[in-house]
Amino acid sequence: METAIDVTLLALLGLTGIALLRVYNLVTAAMLLAIYSLLCASLFTTLDAVDVAFTEAAVGAGVSTVLLLGTLALVGREEKRPLKRQALPLIMVVVTGAALVYGIADIPPFGAPDNPAQQHVAPVYLQESEAATGIPNVVTSVLTSYRGYDTLGEVTVIFTAAVGVLLLLATGRGRGRGPDDG
Amino acid sequence: MRLLGLYNYWIVVGLMMIGFYTMISRGNLVKKLIGLTVFQTSAMILYISVGKVRGGTAPILLDRADVLYSNPLPSVLILTAIVVGVATLAVGLALVVRIHEAYGTIEEDDIHVQDDAP
Repeated sequence: METAIDVTLLALLGLTGIALLRVYNLVTAAMLLAIYSLLCASLFTTLDAVDVAFTEAAVGAGVSTVLLLGTLALVGREEKRPLKRQALPLIMVVVTGAALVYGIADIPPFGAPDNPAQQHVAPVYLQESEAATGIPNVVTSVLTSYRGYDTLGEVTVIFTAAVGVLLLLATGRGRGRGPDDG
Repeated sequence: MRLLGLYNYWIVVGLMMIGFYTMISRGNLVKKLIGLTVFQTSAMILYISVGKVRGGTAPILLDRADVLYSNPLPSVLILTAIVVGVATLAVGLALVVRIHEAYGTIEEDDIHVQDDAP
């Protein structure tokens, strides 16, 4: 049952991805991206990453869509159709994809409990984190206690991004009123 | 059969290449950012798939001893990646709005034409 849900969600993700590539109306693309994020959130739930799932649902499907629609209200919603099909991007994608497929073929089987990724430090966190931090959710205890400095760095990134956005948009409005505004 | 078991990873490669192709083949700057988001999300699915243990449950500890948990560490990494991803998207969209104010268009080739004009 779990496998069936996994296969279906991933197939839907693939279809949404192809639809995203093919639409030329950007509002449609923004809506498809919201659907894509929501499908991702569902997939993360079936893959036991519940914290990631609700962050993706809130941030990916919520905040990103609002940001995209806000931008589209300012810059217009129709994408110009390409005049001719270019060969170079397709060649690059095929070459990169072939390299990835070559690498993926050697990856350990999906979901096996004895994969190297499950053997190294993960068991230590699962066994000792509750005694050390008192938090039953291991993801939370690693994020806020063991890797607290990383999370602080993440907050710095968000702060920098917010300052960047404010600076960019504030300068824009000042220039817009200027005499050289065409 | 072994290759069929890697189904998650094949879809990840497909999505990643769709995002990559959107980024490099489309001239519209918003469409490029949408491609970037698809690319990022595919990397997230890759990590979360690596952390899944078949028959496991979410890594929230229960009082019983015989429970198999999935790996919590990919979740931690990807939580950070999602938030950083939306911060990148916000800065990118702000740049698009600025470019639209300065050039009156967000199509890459139109911008190049204006830049080349004397």
